[in-house]
Amino acid sequence: MTLIDKDIIAKKRTGRQSRNQIFKWLFFLCTMFGLAVLIMLITDTLMDGWSRLNMDFLTNFNSSRAENAGFFGAIIGSLWLMLVTTPVAIILSVGTALYLEEYAPKNKFTDFIKINISNLAGVPSVVFGLLGLAMFVRALALGNSVLAAGLTLALMILPVIVVASQEAIRAVPASVREASIGMGATKWQTVSRIILPAAIPGIITGIILAISRAIGETAPLVVIGVPTTLLVTPTSVFDSFQAMPMQIYSWVKMPNEEFQYIAAAGIIVLLVILLLMNSVAIFIRNKFSKRY
Amino acid sequence: MKKNLFLTALLMSLMFILAACSDSGSEEDTGSEEGSTEESSEGGSSADVTGNINEDDEQIAGEGSSTVFPILNLLVEDFNADHGVAVELGGNGTGSGFSALIEGTAQFANASRGIKQEEIDALEDAGIEWTEFLVATDGLTVAVNPANDFVEDLTFDELNMIYSGEAENWSDVREDFPEEPITAYGPDQSHGTHDFFNEEVMDEEGVEGQLIQDTNQVVSSVVGDQNAIGFFGYSFYQENQDSLKPVSITSPDSDEAVEPTFENVMDFSYPLSRPLYLYVDNAALEENETFHTFMEFTLKNAQSAAEEVGYVPLEDEALEEELSKLPNLEQ
Repeated sequence: MTLIDKDIIAKKRTGRQSRNQIFKWLFFLCTMFGLAVLIMLITDTLMDGWSRLNMDFLTNFNSSRAENAGFFGAIIGSLWLMLVTTPVAIILSVGTALYLEEYAPKNKFTDFIKINISNLAGVPSVVFGLLGLAMFVRALALGNSVLAAGLTLALMILPVIVVASQEAIRAVPASVREASIGMGATKWQTVSRIILPAAIPGIITGIILAISRAIGETAPLVVIGVPTTLLVTPTSVFDSFQAMPMQIYSWVKMPNEEFQYIAAAGIIVLLVILLLMNSVAIFIRNKFSKRY
Repeated sequence: MKKNLFLTALLMSLMFILAACSDSGSEEDTGSEEGSTEESSEGGSSADVTGNINEDDEQIAGEGSSTVFPILNLLVEDFNADHGVAVELGGNGTGSGFSALIEGTAQFANASRGIKQEEIDALEDAGIEWTEFLVATDGLTVAVNPANDFVEDLTFDELNMIYSGEAENWSDVREDFPEEPITAYGPDQSHGTHDFFNEEVMDEEGVEGQLIQDTNQVVSSVVGDQNAIGFFGYSFYQENQDSLKPVSITSPDSDEAVEPTFENVMDFSYPLSRPLYLYVDNAALEENETFHTFMEFTLKNAQSAAEEVGYVPLEDEALEEELSKLPNLEQ
């Protein structure tokens, strides 16, 4: 009994425990800080924009008369943009990830490609805008069309999806893969029936993040020269178009104070569309994650 | 299992296509509806436009100054309502406008300053002939916080002292001003307004102070800071009259301080009055009949449009002169 000095233990224990408590609350505060700022931002936007949110706002084109200004052209333009960006980005990046993880030989060249792709994820969006301007708008003479902007944004989000897909594919246990090949399945059969379905939840998480970034991106569109006012919606991918973030940006710059509220309403619509798109993706993800 | 994946993918793409289709369908409805209501209110103003619309003409596009943007945006809207032609319009800055004109991606460029020599050279290299039109007038307005009870008027030299950083306190500007620090705000280099101020007041020596990209932020900075001074386009002052105090300006060649009022800006007696420009591709003006009609419409309605969005219109005589610059297509 005398071997244990209760005083020393009590002294040491309180120190450790209070440190434990301090760090617990510190991390809690970190979490709350982000959340509080987000809530403040959303309430502020909602308060500013709520009065402007009505059917007219959703069905009118942009206008210099504050009472007529609407978001219609921008909403449709952004949907067209996503219609090009999403499939192009998904096909290119999932293809890249599959090649790198499943087919590519393990050598220096493959490593070099992998490092480059990870680095591409950190390149500022303006640079992709300049790339799009030089390549799609001028060299391929696509002009400031949906196609040119869509391809530019697809390139921009490509590395994000590639990296996420790579992680997801790598996370598929080797045993499953080996079992499939052991049963006599070809590489493609293994990839399409075993690996892809198992990796889908991870891939979709990457896609959600990437699309959310693409739909709110302004800088590349400014560089490409997307118009701020266009009173028609595109009829093909070769037409020029408006985009939601560009429209919001141009409203914020207007001298008339009323446009600040209109911009806030625009932000709300952008957020709602973003959430809708994400919830479809999350629905698909949950459907697939149950099986594995 | 595989079927499931394909089915979901198919469903998703179908949803997207459906959404796009139904949207473009309903767009025609709203378009014509809007058109008819607009026409009834605006019908009178454009009755004297004589030009024609040619369906085969190339899409009209314009790019340029965010200061000129609200006026042109209104004209584009009314032109679409009256003539059913949608013009593409951007507002990414005077510089972008000239680039687009040089590239040939826009037929007209909006500018809140006159064309620079390097832009003239670039247009010549590209083989583009151009015409300069004035569309409206703007008065670069200098304003202080309403709580500031000592600044009523300033000379060019005093403004120069403030925006070169030479004067740190108000007492450095004029002896009878209090010894309070000056905080100077202005729009940043992306704005024609900045260039104009730099040229007129600073003798191209550069503007010092807190330069901000969004002009609305310049206004709110002045509103929130007792010792602040800021400058911006007349319309920004117009929209915030109650929370700003305008400063009268004395030009170097007169002793009299002139207030930035509508009349003073319009007749250029206010020393920081400046014209707002449209630079137009001559070839487009001659070959694109619809564009010629658009320009005629723009000039004839420029006065009412400028006034509606809080700018100062051109005087009648000046407008006549601008209209006479349009080529006559009948020949």
